[in-house]
Amino acid sequence: MKLKLTTLALGALMAAGPAMADLVFPSLSYRTGPYAAGGIPFADGYADYLTLVNERDGGIGGVKTRLVECETGYNTEKGVECYESTKGEGALVYQPLSTGITYQLIPKTAADGIPLHTMGYGRTSAANGNVFGNVFNYPANYWDGASGIITYLLDSNGGDIKGKKIALLFHNSAYGKEPIRTLEELSKKHGFELSTLPVDHPGQEQKSQWLQIRRDRPDYVVMWGWGVMNQVAIQEAANVRFPMENFIGVWWSGAEHDVLSAGAKADGYKAVTFHNVGRDFPVFDDMQKYVVDKGLAAGAGDQIGNVLYNRGMYAAMLAVEAAKTAQEIHGVKDITPQMMRDGMEALEMPEARMSALGMPYFGPSFNVSCENHGGPGLVGITQWNAETKTWSLISDFQKTDTAVIQPLIEADSASYASENNIEPRCK
Amino acid sequence: MFYREAGDFKVSYQDDSQTFPIKFDRYRYYAVLAFAFLVIPFVINDYWANAILLPFLIYSIAAIGLNILVGYCGQVSLGTGGFMAVGAYAVYKLMTAFPEVSMFIHVLLAGGITALVCVAFGLPSLRIKGFYLAVATLAAQFFLVWLFNRVPWFYNYSASGQINAPERDVFGIVITGPNAASWATYFFCLIFLAFCAIVARNLTRGTTGRTWMAIRDMDIAAEIIGVNPLKAKLTAFAVSGFFIGISGALFFAVYLGAVEVGEAFGINKSFLVLFMVIIGGLGSIFGSFAGAAFLVLLPVVLKVIGVDLMGWPTDIVAHFQLVIVGALIVFFLIVEPHGLAQLWRVAKEKLRLWPFPH
Repeated sequence: MKLKLTTLALGALMAAGPAMADLVFPSLSYRTGPYAAGGIPFADGYADYLTLVNERDGGIGGVKTRLVECETGYNTEKGVECYESTKGEGALVYQPLSTGITYQLIPKTAADGIPLHTMGYGRTSAANGNVFGNVFNYPANYWDGASGIITYLLDSNGGDIKGKKIALLFHNSAYGKEPIRTLEELSKKHGFELSTLPVDHPGQEQKSQWLQIRRDRPDYVVMWGWGVMNQVAIQEAANVRFPMENFIGVWWSGAEHDVLSAGAKADGYKAVTFHNVGRDFPVFDDMQKYVVDKGLAAGAGDQIGNVLYNRGMYAAMLAVEAAKTAQEIHGVKDITPQMMRDGMEALEMPEARMSALGMPYFGPSFNVSCENHGGPGLVGITQWNAETKTWSLISDFQKTDTAVIQPLIEADSASYASENNIEPRCK
Repeated sequence: MFYREAGDFKVSYQDDSQTFPIKFDRYRYYAVLAFAFLVIPFVINDYWANAILLPFLIYSIAAIGLNILVGYCGQVSLGTGGFMAVGAYAVYKLMTAFPEVSMFIHVLLAGGITALVCVAFGLPSLRIKGFYLAVATLAAQFFLVWLFNRVPWFYNYSASGQINAPERDVFGIVITGPNAASWATYFFCLIFLAFCAIVARNLTRGTTGRTWMAIRDMDIAAEIIGVNPLKAKLTAFAVSGFFIGISGALFFAVYLGAVEVGEAFGINKSFLVLFMVIIGGLGSIFGSFAGAAFLVLLPVVLKVIGVDLMGWPTDIVAHFQLVIVGALIVFFLIVEPHGLAQLWRVAKEKLRLWPFPH
């Protein structure tokens, strides 16, 4: 593909590298644009872990991994271009880190038979593997995040949040709108008052929303933000003196770069998460030894140990483990995207396996099955300490309200199935 | 030598007023059409269709539409993104409400609906002119995006507010959805582009186009010689809206397949299409093609050179793209303020005087 393209585009005969039998992991990253602050650490973590696997273990089952990076700028049109240009190289799994691009790739990857892993983003109802055979969103999805926040609030209020006012500040896009339905259901169940405040792309303009928050005085503000919107929101919250401990973000609104700009005022800000934070894990020693010291770190190499770097690393780790599982199932080293899909569906991630990889308690233990592509949905809460400039996990990975989430997933995936004439595939 | 009228004898009025009076031009045009219709569909692959040709065809339609309004009728519009959104949401509602009807009809109807919306927003153009009209159409842009974000009926009450194109066909050939063959989607868009370009070319050569240009050049003078400004301006808005609606419908249904209004049809889209028209050349159909090609192909070419050939980091290439495209825009506007179409025109003039151009 690459060869053909270059010859056609330039009319020049240039070799685009020898065709090696690699395991190709495309990374549709964004290191430019208003969302780059979040895109860079994730892409670095993803790339570094794959480099680590090559350098330390000699690849996956002896086959080297190859990362193909393509810049999307969080833009759906460029995302399509990236998908089309990388899929011909034998891409095993796509992780676009953008809900908008995910919505586009769901039907496309299904047609091309390439799995899509949208870890903690994308279409929530893809957790129903019965309908979405190719899409995985383990270990947790948006609705787990929304429910996890409410569960945490219930716990910290002695199990009763009746009459409390909760405001949802969200990015006015498919991404930001995802939790609304769950929060509405939960507000019926627990009797809290929900108000929603949309913020338009890219999110720099939030004066009116915070004016509204100051007037309504909600007890808690929940944020579904990304990119520059997070920093602005936390700064605005500090400006209107909203108590930071009552301000909780989703996992895309809880990284270092989001809180650092507000300085000491951001102290106490919380975010929900599905993986551990910090660099207190044995895997980082290996990372230092095999990747950083050899000068192979991706990007500027200054992101190691950041929340989103850890998430990118976690995503790569899950992909590598799924590839290993696929190799075991099929007894082939050089797996195809279809085999990769089977590996993802059969993935088991118990605590022992994570410890063996040098990542003890890095994420929740979970198993993927044909019906459940979303994992158990265990989420924890992290809090920011502005003095030490660190995030720390302040609660265990806890169960979310599946009684509310499961029917919503069923309903939404059923409507997708009927729109696209999909038969349930799990027997 | 070969590029001149001499020796090409016209024996009827029809011949005399044809679109391409020079024989060489005419054959070149037939050759391009034949290549586009008969050769490309057989060699096309997914990458070429989805990454290069579809956006080029679709943006060309949008650029022709906007060129009619801005280039021919002189009414500055910054509402293109919003009008494209109207086309996209219209085709989505039609597709989901009447699944058995052919996509051809849906896309044409979506164009018609956009034409009506465009006329409604064009009404103020009778009173406000120039920059003030640009601001009024900017209001249309923001209003329409807000509307499609705000009213759940437009996106069929889906949880995320996204619209997704279901699988639809034309005469049994799948056109939308992930299973559509690349040649089919290409062909579908090409037919619309050819249709729009021919209609636009002929409209601009006839009475309608002349009244538009009269309004553009000096509206008071045009009114004095008997041009009805109401009719001229509103027909320009209607025709322009029709084309932009078609492009929006194709953009959503055939090219992207899933769309989020704020991201896909934001103000950036309006500027992008306006830049295409300005760089390509105001008041020129060829310019619309050239501008669309310039802004669609150049980033892809730069990416292929930078990332795939040179192996540079993707972020550096992305930043270079902005720098190079920006610099080229400035360069072209300084060297040739009338756009790429004027370069083409000058080249043709020189060719006519060849081998002694002056």
